[in-house]
Amino acid sequence: MSAFLTYLLNGLAVGCAIALVASGLVVIHRVTGVVNFAQGTFAVVAGLCVSSLLGLGIPHGVSELAAVAVAAFAGLLAGVAAIGRRDTTPLSSLIVTLGVGVLAYAVEIVLWGDQPRSAPGLAGSVTLAGARIQTQHLLVIGVTAATFVLLALFFGRTYLGKALTACASNPYAARVVGIDVRRMGLLAFALGGLLGGLAGVLVTPLRPISFDTDVTLIVNGFAAAVFGALTRPVVTLVGALLLGVAETMAAGYGYGSHQLEVALGLMIVVMIVQASRRSTLSQEVT
Amino acid sequence: MIDVQDLVVSYGTATALEHITLAVAEGEMVALLGPNGAGKSTLANTLAGLLKPASGTVRIGGRPALIPEGRQLFPDLSVADNLALGGWRSGRRDPSTVYDLLPRLAELAGRKAGVLSGGEQQMVAFGRAMMSEPDALVVDELSLGLAPTVTADLAAHLAGLNRSRGLTVLLIEQNARLAFDLCDRAYVLESGRLVTEGPCSELAGDPRVASAYLGGAIS
Repeated sequence: MSAFLTYLLNGLAVGCAIALVASGLVVIHRVTGVVNFAQGTFAVVAGLCVSSLLGLGIPHGVSELAAVAVAAFAGLLAGVAAIGRRDTTPLSSLIVTLGVGVLAYAVEIVLWGDQPRSAPGLAGSVTLAGARIQTQHLLVIGVTAATFVLLALFFGRTYLGKALTACASNPYAARVVGIDVRRMGLLAFALGGLLGGLAGVLVTPLRPISFDTDVTLIVNGFAAAVFGALTRPVVTLVGALLLGVAETMAAGYGYGSHQLEVALGLMIVVMIVQASRRSTLSQEVT
Repeated sequence: MIDVQDLVVSYGTATALEHITLAVAEGEMVALLGPNGAGKSTLANTLAGLLKPASGTVRIGGRPALIPEGRQLFPDLSVADNLALGGWRSGRRDPSTVYDLLPRLAELAGRKAGVLSGGEQQMVAFGRAMMSEPDALVVDELSLGLAPTVTADLAAHLAGLNRSRGLTVLLIEQNARLAFDLCDRAYVLESGRLVTEGPCSELAGDPRVASAYLGGAIS
């Protein structure tokens, strides 16, 4: 029972990290209509940055904030490449984000090499109802919860957040009232970078990060985002938590080398179910 | 004031507007009539700065606002939020003066715009445009899909603003009777070209206009 609880709590922490990557995908897709395949890159950039900054002796807190800021800037640059040119279609932008991800590999290898890097996080563990959980896992859960609350407040209560929602809701109407939709899209990319960066700095102490870790991150993040139809943050969070728990259970009960396959399998099932739901809906309409 | 000189607007190789010249004096309310596909919305979007002319000039005296065809609200946001975002250009967030003008909107403030009736949505679109404190207002199909009583109510508000605040209005319509009731002058646009213009009283007597827009009978 305590093993089950341990896997469950650790799975929730893994799910929270996935949720941060996925929420970046959702924010960008809601505002711009672009599926950003460079989303995992932001986490990798932040993870590699934080390992370097801590290695240079810069204190915790400052290092993590700086790494997240770098990831947000990387998000902005990816946005400029993907939607900077007017009238770029979302499909063309998607291809550009794939290119950005590949280019990022080269930059990361030049700057950090191709060996995995890690960073120290919160040491120690706590016992909850007989289950041991690393303190870093609790930090991941806490930061993710706070981030989702702040995102909800930002989009629901602030003028800028509502303007971003307006761009997602009706881009033409947003232009009619004078909102610069492209600039809002760039802001969404920067926010996506920030969320990916948060995932990166939180995950790096738990598992080493290298230039190609983005594949695992984006597959997991995309699976959760698809669960939320790439538009609903709360459903995305639920999807990410389910995915994190499923992967951790699979690893805990002896299928540790098949975590990515679990994510891919779940993603395919969700996509098939959603596609069939849409097909049924369209038949009912016609 | 709206002053358009020799305006050409193209979508790629297709020309949507050809050498349009029209003027609306400050405080004047002028109609633009035309069938579907004539280029009316292209002209509205160009006047609002959403499309770039291929050639020619557009000059607006002061701040323009557009009530677009089909209302084009933010359906997921509340009426109050829709209005507040209407003040994006002017920096005005408080919709109280719009509520004074259209009290029904105050009652609807907390409801999502997407669930309102067509008439209520048009009222929100009207209020949202007024939030930008415009000097010139372009109204694209005020009456589209609305009951006559709702259209008459909105038209009365529009005429009131034109009279009381000297708001310059270009009313783009297919409903010629409404346009002729509200405006003194009108232009007729067909296939991207202005085919005629003049006082509404004269246009109403023009057999071509009567045939095309008034069902062949002049009221």
